Amino acid sequence: MTQDQNDPIIRVEGVCKTFGSLRAVDNVSLSIQRGEFFALVGPSGCGKSTLLRMLAGFETPDAGRVFIDGRDMTGIGPNRRPVNLVFQSYAVFPHMSVAENVAYGLKIARRPHDEIAARTQEALMLVKLDGQEKKKPDELSGGQRQRVALARALIMRPAVLLLDEPLSALDAKLREAMQIELVHLQKTVGITFVIVTHDQSEALSMANRIAVMHQGAVRQIAGPAELYEAPNCRFVADFIGRVNLFEGVAVPHKKGRLRIKSEVLGEIELDGQGAGAVTLAVRPEKIQISREAQTQEDTIQVRGQVADVAYYGGYSNIFIDAGAGPPIVADITNTGSAGVPRFLPGEWLWCSWRASDSLLFRD
Amino acid sequence: MNGIRRIIRGAPAGPLEYHRRWPLRLILTGTLIFLYTPIFALIAFSFNDSRRNIVWHGFTLKYYEKAFANSDLMLALGNSLTIALISTVISTLLGTLAAYALWRFRFFGKAAYEGVLAMPIIIPEICMGVAMMMFIARSGWPQDLPWPLNLGAITVAHIAFSFPFAAIVIRARLESFNRELADAARDLGAGEFQVFRDITLAHMLPGIIAGGLLAFTLSLDDFVITFFTSGPNSVTFPVKIYSMVRFSVSPEVNAASTVLIVLTIVLTAIALRMQYRSQMTASPK
Repeated sequence: MTQDQNDPIIRVEGVCKTFGSLRAVDNVSLSIQRGEFFALVGPSGCGKSTLLRMLAGFETPDAGRVFIDGRDMTGIGPNRRPVNLVFQSYAVFPHMSVAENVAYGLKIARRPHDEIAARTQEALMLVKLDGQEKKKPDELSGGQRQRVALARALIMRPAVLLLDEPLSALDAKLREAMQIELVHLQKTVGITFVIVTHDQSEALSMANRIAVMHQGAVRQIAGPAELYEAPNCRFVADFIGRVNLFEGVAVPHKKGRLRIKSEVLGEIELDGQGAGAVTLAVRPEKIQISREAQTQEDTIQVRGQVADVAYYGGYSNIFIDAGAGPPIVADITNTGSAGVPRFLPGEWLWCSWRASDSLLFRD
Repeated sequence: MNGIRRIIRGAPAGPLEYHRRWPLRLILTGTLIFLYTPIFALIAFSFNDSRRNIVWHGFTLKYYEKAFANSDLMLALGNSLTIALISTVISTLLGTLAAYALWRFRFFGKAAYEGVLAMPIIIPEICMGVAMMMFIARSGWPQDLPWPLNLGAITVAHIAFSFPFAAIVIRARLESFNRELADAARDLGAGEFQVFRDITLAHMLPGIIAGGLLAFTLSLDDFVITFFTSGPNSVTFPVKIYSMVRFSVSPEVNAASTVLIVLTIVLTAIALRMQYRSQMTASPK
């Protein structure tokens, strides 16, 4: 039974799940290491919740296997798995008090009374709900109900804690606070967390490693920075953060260089190989905006007219109409004196970025 | 202040204030009179100090004394309560099981079963009564049994028509159940039965109580089906009142009827309150 601490806590091998004619999860394989804060992200209907429910044991894969802590758990019910799930609706038992909710799992496991009492206290302190033991769920706020759900799962000391869109029902401020708190909580208890979310910024800010799912398949698994800076496909680049996409056709040029013809960007040169239809992507914050053209080497630039300015306080998004395609988005930080708009709609500007900041995808 | 002034001055009725327009008031008043005057008259004349039910002669409780001293009537009341109690327990149990099975499982002929379940509710009561009478007579149901076994035929008939009502009330309650609660309990280690006992049953309980009280009142005041299934030694309260009316409508009948009305109203009020509370505590999704 002793497992090597370097073995993954969760190993999913070639898992498939079909609902009717829909391939919800299509041949997914991934490993999650001990102590990781792992996120499954993707647009709704990408199969991330189904995958999570298969880890919890609520769905049985049609094909493939699920290993938890080295043991094959495929086909084993949720009540006999060393994992616990925090539900999207929290699923706090309405007829039980806070303490009864938290103690429920240990009561089912027939632990001695004093152990249940001690661990309930401990779990409630962990989520800062001590003193609220006797309250009924309908006397609690949404955030407090979520803490009950967390304590109720953590008290079981699971090998993995699964969280299904845990923050989606909270308002923006509370959500931000809970993101930080969940990260702290995960560090405190040292349990592997697997979180499902449709909100890529939530995944970026909380997780050590993120799997991006699309149409039932995993597109990329990487750390937040790598996922953002070096996405492996157009879908990931577009889903994680904001990105400007330019379509074009590449032809080989000199050795290790490509010449790309694009309607918006004209003819540019980049490092790279191969040929055919490509998409060039650049993040809004990599774009420099200026009234004069840049003169540096290896800079891509395009002239356009400011269409809109969206002001967000600390920064603004500038939308620049470059003649063809959707407007180019650039971020500028508002460090200048208050109330003085730096750029106005209608103004002609140059957007420029270092060629090496471009991401190139073959479609 | 404004509201009071408006009422005093008789401001014109607003677009949705239908209750302040005379046609609706007229219909409402008429309805209330037709519905409740007979009942109030019945109750009022149970206190009338006169052998005839026509003219008011003064207040008395002597017809209640007389009713409670009528051993046949009291025996019938005892029979009614016994039948109602037994049929309530059994039909609530059956109703709970039927409702849970329909909600929880998929099985062959489920739609057909759901339809058949509602049959006793839609079949005319008189047909149900005749059918029950023929069934009891043909099946060689033992006669002349000692009390309370002589109530068996009526009790079986009452269970047959009241358990679908209980099942439907409990089924409706289950519709508001958040299945994630059951999943959460499973996730915390509970087996199928533990989930039912700790989570689902707790949610069903207000529905079960409401369904049970409904079954109780249905059984207590049923006349038609009981009339066809009761023998000379198994007379229930409503059947006894009917036979008393055939001789004369004395205030004693009024007193007995009033007792039945009060019993039914109290139980129905409790059932409604349970249902209201069950709606209030329906788990938020």
